[in-house]
Amino acid sequence: MKHKKAKKYGMVIDLDKCTGCGSCMVACMAENNVPFRKDESNKLLSITWLRVYKLTNGKPFPNTDICYLPRPCMHCEGQHEGHPPCVSVCPAVATDYNIETGIVSQIYTRCFGCRYCMASCPYHARYFNWWDPVWPDGMEKYLSPNVSPRMRGVVEKCSFCYHRYQLAKEKAFMEGRRELKEDEYQTACTQACPAGAITFGDLNNPNHAVHRMVKPDPKHHGRPTNPNAFRLLERLGTNPKVYYLSSREWVRRAGDNYLETEAKLKKTVHHS
Amino acid sequence: MFPFNFEWIWDMGHVVFMGGLWYALTILGIGMTYCIIKSVIDTCRGNDEHHH
Amino acid sequence: MDSALIPRGVKRCPFPQFILFIAIVGAVLLWGVYAMLLCWFKGLNQTNMNDYYGFALWIWADLAVIAVGGGAFFTGLLRYVFGKDDLKNIINYAVLIGFICYSSALLILAIDIGQPLRGWFIFWHANVHSMLTEVAFCLSCYFGVLTIEYIPLILENRQIDKVPFFHHLGHNMHEIMAVFAATGAFLSFFHQGSLGGVAGVLYGRPFAYREGLFIWPWTFFLFTWSAAACGPCFTILVTKITETVTRKKLVKDSAVELLAKISGWMILTYIIAKSVDTWYWATVTAPSQGFSLGFFYSNNSFYGIWILILEIAICGFVPAFILITKKGRKNSTALWIAVILAVTGVCLNRWVMVLQIMAVPVLTFENWVLYFPSWQEIATTILPVAYGIILIAISYRYLPVFPNEPELNPMETLPAEEAEQEEAVEPSGDLEQELKPAEA
Repeated sequence: MKHKKAKKYGMVIDLDKCTGCGSCMVACMAENNVPFRKDESNKLLSITWLRVYKLTNGKPFPNTDICYLPRPCMHCEGQHEGHPPCVSVCPAVATDYNIETGIVSQIYTRCFGCRYCMASCPYHARYFNWWDPVWPDGMEKYLSPNVSPRMRGVVEKCSFCYHRYQLAKEKAFMEGRRELKEDEYQTACTQACPAGAITFGDLNNPNHAVHRMVKPDPKHHGRPTNPNAFRLLERLGTNPKVYYLSSREWVRRAGDNYLETEAKLKKTVHHS
Repeated sequence: MFPFNFEWIWDMGHVVFMGGLWYALTILGIGMTYCIIKSVIDTCRGNDEHHH
Repeated sequence: MDSALIPRGVKRCPFPQFILFIAIVGAVLLWGVYAMLLCWFKGLNQTNMNDYYGFALWIWADLAVIAVGGGAFFTGLLRYVFGKDDLKNIINYAVLIGFICYSSALLILAIDIGQPLRGWFIFWHANVHSMLTEVAFCLSCYFGVLTIEYIPLILENRQIDKVPFFHHLGHNMHEIMAVFAATGAFLSFFHQGSLGGVAGVLYGRPFAYREGLFIWPWTFFLFTWSAAACGPCFTILVTKITETVTRKKLVKDSAVELLAKISGWMILTYIIAKSVDTWYWATVTAPSQGFSLGFFYSNNSFYGIWILILEIAICGFVPAFILITKKGRKNSTALWIAVILAVTGVCLNRWVMVLQIMAVPVLTFENWVLYFPSWQEIATTILPVAYGIILIAISYRYLPVFPNEPELNPMETLPAEEAEQEEAVEPSGDLEQELKPAEA
């Protein structure tokens, strides 16, 4: 069997298209059986695998500008491949970097809830089950059968809808092939976005849209060569697989931290 | 923790970490075993002397 | 009533008074136990932790209690490996304090994790690359060492010592105590350091992240150094508090002053290293990630620059300068101030390296988040303090913890009374019952 190059599933989110409607958040919660409480007003306790942030350029009228930014788990590659900040620190191997797909998984039955991974994640992409899930009457019949619900005391996060990958692989296998077509494995949020702002695919595959949109540089851990593309907190060296596109300089600048003396946006900054 | 565990691989990390751990545990185990055995022997010797 | 259990040559308060004291502290302990059961049965929603504060009061309490418990390993190292004989007068108490600190840490960890019944996964499914795994193993092993070091003290109880096997066991354990102490020091070096590593490896959190040596960030060495430096200060502090409560001198000045002197120089060298590390982090490491020092201290008054000044200058350099001078060590007030400041400093360092990390936003569009513990968290943190006080009270009453005590507090009983006390004790044959200071 010919050995194919490993996949690197990633996402490109076009911030010029995102309207902040939140459909992606709703689709994610429905797809992944994300629990919720009666009173969700304390956002520090809400589990939102994908969370839409509202950014502003901070300028007064008439120069005020806003931007909506959906933030899933970044599925970081880390400073060397396979070492995202969360995987390295988990004491019980409850989170794993899959070399074949680039996806960072969370193993609920292994996690004992020490929350070290939550401390290490700069994107706040990980959430803890402070309570057991309580589904409103009858809702347990509507839960997605492909995603296990979590009990209290374990950490959960966006999985790039890994169950859809597994289903797609099974379907392909039944059809006698190993390779997936681009549209066979898509995340729930990608499909739900009415503006088409989210694109998902294999960053290593030059035919996939995500690759063409950001043109990742393999020599620099996938840093985008498209000048309008950026990754959040690029300077930390987490090497995330979620890219953002924006034609607005202030939005690109909001993706990372800069000292006051660093006036110009440095596209060549990278953590060695 | 043990070589038969699923996650165990014989890489440098495991050799150094688990090697150090088991080294320390072995010293403690041998030390306590020595103390207990010697104490049993001393007690028996003491009882013998007491009876004689 | 329990005079047969009290060591020879020392006086203890009447039994009803002792029971009353235990009952009062026990009530506080029960409050803590109630909170602990709430957390175990209802879950961690009983706390004020949230997804931004995954680490909070309990993790701080763990780090702080282990840091101050460092007096046990360091005093043991000095006494048994470096042969500082004077410290035999305080080593028992240092071991007892260490035992309490480490058992408290393990208890708090058992409450803190989301799935306590799965706690054994950290051993069985260990990720050897995680600093927390290292912490769990070494902490547990070192707790075993402390138990081994505490057992001979228990066996020296007047009645237990009468049992020949226990008498021999205690004696034999004393003989090879240096082996246990050296192993304990080895384990302590690594777990104290790994606790620093827990924060230092977080390359996603610029407030915490440090460069370092090979796989160890500089915080690894700084945490071990500060625990070795300030742990003895905690031992001295608890000794002084015990002397105040019992209204007796319990440890010879020479032992306290020796420990204080060594601690003083350790604090001084540590705080210089800490200052260099802070400077390098503030001028090189954090700016390379886009953060200036001011960013970390200018958002709110709680995490202001005062915290840095307090930790390094007031709770670092000041106690160091007091303790390295003979005058400072001999002056009772200065010694009290120095040990209190040193202990405060190390606790403050642990607070900063846990809670301030959680407070600082990394994404530009996120905000600072502050936190205050719930009563359940406070109660379960006070629980080990209450347990420690009770264990100290019981140990002090029934075990020869302080070898100098009879000498420093000669009893004024008449010969007839002493003879009566002798008769009340069961005949024990030809075994000697003496207060045995810890000997190698």
